[in-house]
Parts: sequence; C-alpha cells; structure tokens
Amino acid sequence: MNVSSVQVKEPVQVAKAVETPNGLASSSLAAGSKMRARTFLAVPTATLIAFVVHLFVSQDEPAVDTRSYSVFLAGMFGLSVAAAAVQPLWSSLRRWMAHMCPIIAATVLLLCLWEVITSGLRLLPMPYFPSPAGVLQSLLNDRKLLFDSTWHSLLLLLSGYVLGVSIALVTGICIGWFPLARYWGMPLLKALGPIPATAWVPLAMVLSPSGIFSAVGLVALAVWFPVTMLTISGIANTRASYLDVARTLGAGPKHLIFRVAIPAAMPSIFIGLFMGLGTSFLTLIVAETVGVKSGLGWYVSWAQGWAEYGKVYAALVIMAAFFSTIMTVLFKVRDRVLVWQKGVIKW
Amino acid sequence: MAERGHQVVATTATNALNEGSSLRIVEVSKHFPAADASSERTHALDNISLSVAAGELVSVVGPSGCGKSTLLRLIAGLDHCDSGTLTVGADAIHEPSAERGLVFQDPNLFPWLTVRRNIESGLVARGVLHEKRHEVDEFIRLVGLETFAKAYPHHLSGGMAQRVALARALINHPKVLLLDEPLGALDAFTRMRMQDEVLRLWEARGATILLVTHDIDEAIYMSNRIVIMTPRPGRVERIIPVSLERPRQRNSAEFLRLRGDILEFLHFTRGAG
Repeated sequence: MNVSSVQVKEPVQVAKAVETPNGLASSSLAAGSKMRARTFLAVPTATLIAFVVHLFVSQDEPAVDTRSYSVFLAGMFGLSVAAAAVQPLWSSLRRWMAHMCPIIAATVLLLCLWEVITSGLRLLPMPYFPSPAGVLQSLLNDRKLLFDSTWHSLLLLLSGYVLGVSIALVTGICIGWFPLARYWGMPLLKALGPIPATAWVPLAMVLSPSGIFSAVGLVALAVWFPVTMLTISGIANTRASYLDVARTLGAGPKHLIFRVAIPAAMPSIFIGLFMGLGTSFLTLIVAETVGVKSGLGWYVSWAQGWAEYGKVYAALVIMAAFFSTIMTVLFKVRDRVLVWQKGVIKW
Repeated sequence: MAERGHQVVATTATNALNEGSSLRIVEVSKHFPAADASSERTHALDNISLSVAAGELVSVVGPSGCGKSTLLRLIAGLDHCDSGTLTVGADAIHEPSAERGLVFQDPNLFPWLTVRRNIESGLVARGVLHEKRHEVDEFIRLVGLETFAKAYPHHLSGGMAQRVALARALINHPKVLLLDEPLGALDAFTRMRMQDEVLRLWEARGATILLVTHDIDEAIYMSNRIVIMTPRPGRVERIIPVSLERPRQRNSAEFLRLRGDILEFLHFTRGAG
C-alpha cells in the first residue's frame, strides 16, 4: 500500500524538478526533491498505518466509541494527500509542510503507539488510560462543558495576568529607578516573592468574598513576582551611557524613565512576562481545583471524581492547545515590541 | 583668574554661522574616591585652566589616564568638580544641558530607535519635536544617511553609527560640542573621511568644539590649538597653536614638523615623569 502511494506521487515531484530553469541547481534539487517526496508522504503514510492499526485494534469495541477517531484519521489522510497534491502550486504551504510534516507524522505515530498500548495490548490498567479514540469521543461528547470551562479559565487567566503585570510594572519601575523605593521595596520583595502563590490559597479563601476574587488575586500574585524582579533588573541595568547621552541631549527625569530606562529594560521585562505566564498557568489550575467551581482545573478534578478518565485527558488536550496558543500570542507581541532586536538576539 | 567676563583668548574663528559659545575652565581639580581601602584616591585633574573661544576647535591629547575624558564629563555637567569653575558663555555649568552636546567613542545610539528617531531624540527630550520636525530631515541629509533613516542601529557600520551620533548631538544646536575620541574606533580610511566630515559640520554650524583624541595627526589636521595633558595628576602641560592653512595637507613639511615637535615633547614628558 505504501509503495503504490509513492508511485502515485512520483510524477508530481518530477514535474517540480523540471520546472526550475537553473541547470546548476537541478542536481542538488533532485536530491532535495527526493527528500521532499519523503517529507510530503510522511503524514499520509503515518495516518494510513494508524488507521489500519485502529481498525484492527478496535474490531471488538462498540462502533459508537471508535467511529469519530476513524473519521478523524480518515480526514487527516485525505487532508494530507490533498495538501501534498496542492503544494507544488502553493509555495507558502510547501514551506510550511516541509517544516511541519515530520512533526505531524511523528505525532500521528505516537497516537498509534498509544492506541496499541492501551486498547490493543491492554498493557495499562483500563479505566485510567483510555485509548485516543476514547479521549476523542469524550472530548466530542462533553464539548459544551469543555468549551464553557475553557472560556472561564481564559477570563480568569487574563484578568489575573493583566492585573499582576500592571502592578508588577509599577512596582518594578519604582524599585528599579528610585533608590528610596529600592531600599524599602527590595527586602519586602525578597521575603514575600519566593513564596509560591499557591501557598497563599488558605489565606485567599479566608480573605476573599468569593472564589473568583481569590483566584484572580492568586494568579496576579503569581505573575507579580517574576515580572517585578525582571523589570527591576532591566531598569537598574540600563547602560549608564544611554542615560548620560540622554541627559546631554536635554532629557529630564520623565524622559529618562519613559524613553530611555523602560525601552532599555524591555528585553528583560519580556523574560519576566514569559516566566509570569508559566507560573500563572500553574496557579490558575490549582486555584480552579480548590476554590472556583468552573474552569479547566475544576473540570479535571470533577471528571476524575466520576472516574471519567477520557474526560480528564480531553481536558488536558484542551489545556495544551489553550496554553500554547496564549504563549504564541505573547511571542507575537514580543516580536512586535522588540522588533529592533531582530537579527541580534535569538530566543 | 577670577574674571568672569567674555574676554577670551584671541584665536581665529572664521565661521559664517556663529552658534558657538566661549568656554572657560578655571583652576578645576577633581578627585575620584578610592576603589578599595588599600588604594589611594585618584587625582584625576589638578588645577586645570583653559579658555576656548567661541567657534574655536581645540584638541586635547595626552596618554591614557591624563583626565581628558574626566574634563569632558565635567564640561558636559555629568560629573562635578571638587574646586574651580566652569562656564559656558556667561553661565556656570551645574548640570547637563542640550547646550553642550557630547559624542563618545562608542556611538551609544539607542538600539530601540531607528536612525531617524535617534536623531530626533534630542528634540523629543526638549519637547520641541513638533516645532522643529522639519530639521530632522535636514540633519539626516547633513550626515548623508537618507537611505538608512528607517534602519535600526545594529544594521549600521561603525562610521554610519558615529555619523548618527553626531547628527543627534548637532540637532540641538549645541553652543559647545564635546567629542570624546569620536573616531577612535574607526578604521584609518573611515576615520580620515569622518575628520573631513566633522570639519565640514564645524564650518557649517560654527559650534565651539573640544575634541579629545589619541591621534596626533587628527589633532594637527583638525584643530586651531592643541592642548597637551600629562597624567597623574592630570595637568595641562602645554598649548600649541596650529596656524596651518585649511584645508590642511597631511604630508606637508610644516605638518610633519609640527607632528615631530609634539611627539618629541610627549616623549620628553614621559621620560621625565
């Protein structure tokens, strides 16, 4: 089956090689197109393998539980074949595929391995480790509640993060710039900052009028410490010569803070923002588990309480997508704000 | 020495646009605190006196550690002297001001701003960008960086970056321009081209320029007078007028004779000290 699909694809690749007018490049391109053929066929091949394994493994399971996974794999297969067929005409898709295909194929093969281990060979205790088909089914069955939980998590995360970052920027800039604020602020920061925000949970539950408030406060607190620390360090380490130059250009204190120290501190502030985002995810899930009765953290512990492990994993899948999307958004903001670093620093 | 008037050492300063102010340094001394308990505090400047006429270009040469840069920082107002007075025109120097532009060996461009925004930053700092925006293009043209106006500093070569730094200092129309080895980090060819460029800017704007340099050729090529300083403590050892015709020839007999004199003098002082 594998071999036949390779033969189907071959003419497309040959056409591609002929297209390039440059004779010098054609020999290296021939090698490149061979590699490319392998790259573009990786996903269809992997999905096909996964599909066959799935059919074989799930023969004695009820069709209702496994059908959506079959549809998913079939869809993946169709999509990847279509993409491979279209890519010679669409250069940005081709570049994306050349980069992503091996990763996607590996993911599909991992799913296949997971299915073999769980519902195939039954190596793992059953209720705790459902197969990918089961997880997908739970995800689809409970999509309304999952969507609702994600929405609540997003609201909670954003309000806590924005609150924490706003306070952190103010405290960080003050402590980094004004010696008096540094004298009084640093000991406080060093004493309270390293306490994990989640350790405040008991106090937060006593103090706050509602679970939502305490959760927002905890997330804000978790974000506040790293962002403050790195803002201080960025502001305090502003190169003295930038400040000297600005002063000889006629800059007053306001200009020195807002137009020199803060832009100079931006790379450091962004490291703080990324660290803060990481701790805010952790705190969000803990806060939702213990206090708030909504959100993905709550959903996981609720589903666990009913021993519906398919739903637990479904929520984890959603979390992975949710958190990495937010991370990507922050990277995009970083790229925009720190555009002047482009080509200088890679991280 | 206590006179405060506008009396200045008479020197030829034949500039059309006279933006410069005279500069007087009277019996200025400066110490730096010891770095640790065992070392003594540094006597950076000892009783320095120097007058620079409006529109004059004066070079300060001398071995490392003779306090050249310290002197420039005092004039810029970035540091304070222990004793003595510094005045620009009729005003004593207390703090940095846009009237005294400073360009360092490292261009120190703000890396987060484009070339245009770097040049603008003096206007922004003084809050006059709105009225003087038209001058920005003029200064970008003056240093020949029209095509790089939107580039960020790390895309510039050393010479281009230093030209931006010059334009950034000049856009405030400083009465005194302080140059702290501004061409020190450039290669020999770029440096010679930049020397002409600084001279061109000086002749066009007529600012008073105090140039600190290691390079004796540069000092002879550019300045009306050369101040030779000696280290530990930093003192003005000698002031040599340069009366060669401009544009100067780097290989003329007079140029080379003057060069020989200065080198001999520096060697002599080193041997004695």
